[in-house]
Amino acid sequence: MSTEKKRNKKKNRTIMRSVILLLLVAAIGYTIYNSVTADEVEVLKVGDPAPDFTLTDLDGETHKLSDYKGQGVFLNFWGTWCEPCIKEMPAMANQYEVYEDQGVQILAVNIAQSNFEVETFARQYGLNFPIVIDRDKSVMTAYNIRPLPTTMLVNPQGEIQRIVTGEMTEQDIAGFMEEIKPE
Amino acid sequence: MDKLICKCGHENPPGTILCESCGRPLNEQEQSKKLADMRYEGTARRSQTYNKSIIDKIWNFFSSVKIGVGIIVVLLVAAAVGTILPQKQYVPAATDADIEAYYTDIYGSVGTVYHALGFHDLYNSFWFIGLVGMLAISLIIASLDRFVPLYKSLKNQRVLRHSSFMRKQRILAEGPGEADTLKKAEEKLAELKYKVSTDKNGLLAEKGRFSRWGPYINHIGLIIFLFGVMLRMMPGFYVDETLWIREGETRAIPDAPGYVLESKGFTLETYTGEGEEEKFGEAIDRVGTVAKNYQTDVVLYKIPEGALPGDTADMEVVEEHAIRVNQPFKFDGYALYQMDFQQDELKTMSFALQNKETGESRGDLTIDLVNPETTYELEDGSVVELLGYYPDFSGFENGEPQTATPLPKNPGFLVKMTTPDTPDGETSFITIQNTVEPLGDNEYKLAFQGVETRDASGLTVRKDRTLPILGLGGLIFMIGVAQGMYFNHRRFWIQQQADGSILLAGHTNKNWFGLKKDLDQVTEHASLPAYRDQQEDMEAQEKGEGEQLT
Repeated sequence: MSTEKKRNKKKNRTIMRSVILLLLVAAIGYTIYNSVTADEVEVLKVGDPAPDFTLTDLDGETHKLSDYKGQGVFLNFWGTWCEPCIKEMPAMANQYEVYEDQGVQILAVNIAQSNFEVETFARQYGLNFPIVIDRDKSVMTAYNIRPLPTTMLVNPQGEIQRIVTGEMTEQDIAGFMEEIKPE
Repeated sequence: MDKLICKCGHENPPGTILCESCGRPLNEQEQSKKLADMRYEGTARRSQTYNKSIIDKIWNFFSSVKIGVGIIVVLLVAAAVGTILPQKQYVPAATDADIEAYYTDIYGSVGTVYHALGFHDLYNSFWFIGLVGMLAISLIIASLDRFVPLYKSLKNQRVLRHSSFMRKQRILAEGPGEADTLKKAEEKLAELKYKVSTDKNGLLAEKGRFSRWGPYINHIGLIIFLFGVMLRMMPGFYVDETLWIREGETRAIPDAPGYVLESKGFTLETYTGEGEEEKFGEAIDRVGTVAKNYQTDVVLYKIPEGALPGDTADMEVVEEHAIRVNQPFKFDGYALYQMDFQQDELKTMSFALQNKETGESRGDLTIDLVNPETTYELEDGSVVELLGYYPDFSGFENGEPQTATPLPKNPGFLVKMTTPDTPDGETSFITIQNTVEPLGDNEYKLAFQGVETRDASGLTVRKDRTLPILGLGGLIFMIGVAQGMYFNHRRFWIQQQADGSILLAGHTNKNWFGLKKDLDQVTEHASLPAYRDQQEDMEAQEKGEGEQLT
């Protein structure tokens, strides 16, 4: 065998082996990546389009997320049993007064509670934004909400700008609304 | 490394034991052996051939069977360690932080280390998946490295082998032959379904070569199986979720977009021990109750194509179904299993509006704990107004009643009672244990009358699109096993020298008895010289020597 042929064979061998190894390592890497990220709350990721939904508020009015395109939507999932949810509600109401005119909409999604509980709560805290009830938890499931409160910040393009889990201060809320406010 | 040039002139890759062409032993060790090492036909394992670049070194690492076995041992040990403490799904904690704290609290520093190393969620820990992946690499590379040279060698094998190769085979016959011996042997071997090829003064008869591919087919099956397991991690391939649903509730099915489930009722039946069920009497006496049936009656709805989550107006009934243990409800690739239940959760509470002094009742009211109303009007004009409802009352904070969960486990009510006697109304806060009258003594009270309860069903939602792949992998695995176990690769080499003498060698990868039976028939038909089993001879000799020593 000539030396050139030999060198070619060696080169081919190295390429072949590198390709096989690379493929296998890539498959394993992808599997590990998937298993590590699978457990996290955010199956929806920042930048994903926010799943559309339609829910009815306490006044019987229907709210469809896609109808708010062009506005920022502050989508807050909550329940009356959740302490931090209750605490951030008045702050949300305050900031809503500031940002409503600037094109930021709050939708508070209650998780499958009764009309009575939600109405009483809204009256007691003087809440000025629409509260919708997710009676069969389908929106909660679509957004894969685990801990409460979770707030999805949807930008005017209808994409998820930020996912916040846990209690927010009034300062946080103002900052987030600033983020999703239309230009 | 240089190529090994055999006496016959053939160039063999470095590491070869038996010449690829004529079969002569190529190293001293092999020459000194009485029987040839026929594993992989004496070819060089490819990885031994080259060992220069870093890629070659990695390749050689995975090609080693020792490494493969080592990885399997490590995996077994890890899996065993993973059973010492409970896995995270069996731990009574929900969030990651709680789970971590649980291991530390209950098992001390051992638990901390256990959790830190990922043993609490072994099958999802990156190093365990990494090891399984390495095992897959090892399977693929070790197989490639052995299969390719073996395949080439068997494909290109020559009819005429050197006499030193033949004499080192376990089955050997030497002796005089007739002029038509080869012809007759060929006839008989062909009759026994051997593939016979001839060359000059020799013949090669071969049967069942495909049996040699058994281990590689088997490995392909394993790789497909591992691939299927890997797919489970991809979104959409595998769903394993829990859905708690209470009687009367309607819930979206997790990870099954568009499907909504309503629970019509949960039933737990037990054996009575009477009549036809008398045979269970003894067991019932011993353990108290014996369950006969766990069942959830459900209605499955589908949200029409294009409708949005939350839009329940146009839901269509797909099917009404009774889910029983081991009889899952299957639809559209999903299966709902009856897994758990919770009985007697509060559903409604009934009260009587009573005068505290006289005990006289002004009427009854029933509060639906799932969907309470604002006012309850009694017959004589009395009104009970619900001011606040706290399904799982947990105390006061800043004077406000709190609820711990949305479930009516410990309901608390803030009510205003108005009767013709007390037109201004009286306020009372009622829980199961006691009644508080925050605005002074009342004339009337709500006296507890009774409750209605409902059951909750714990269902498992499962979808597994990897099952066909796992099944295919398992099937191929079994085909490989059968191929390697129940079929043998048998070969005979026969040569007739110029003086008419016959040299015969036989080899099989297993089942030497079967090979000998074939050879017996050929020997009889073609009057071949008697053969010997050189390995048995050697064993007999060793045994003989051993006996002489003792």
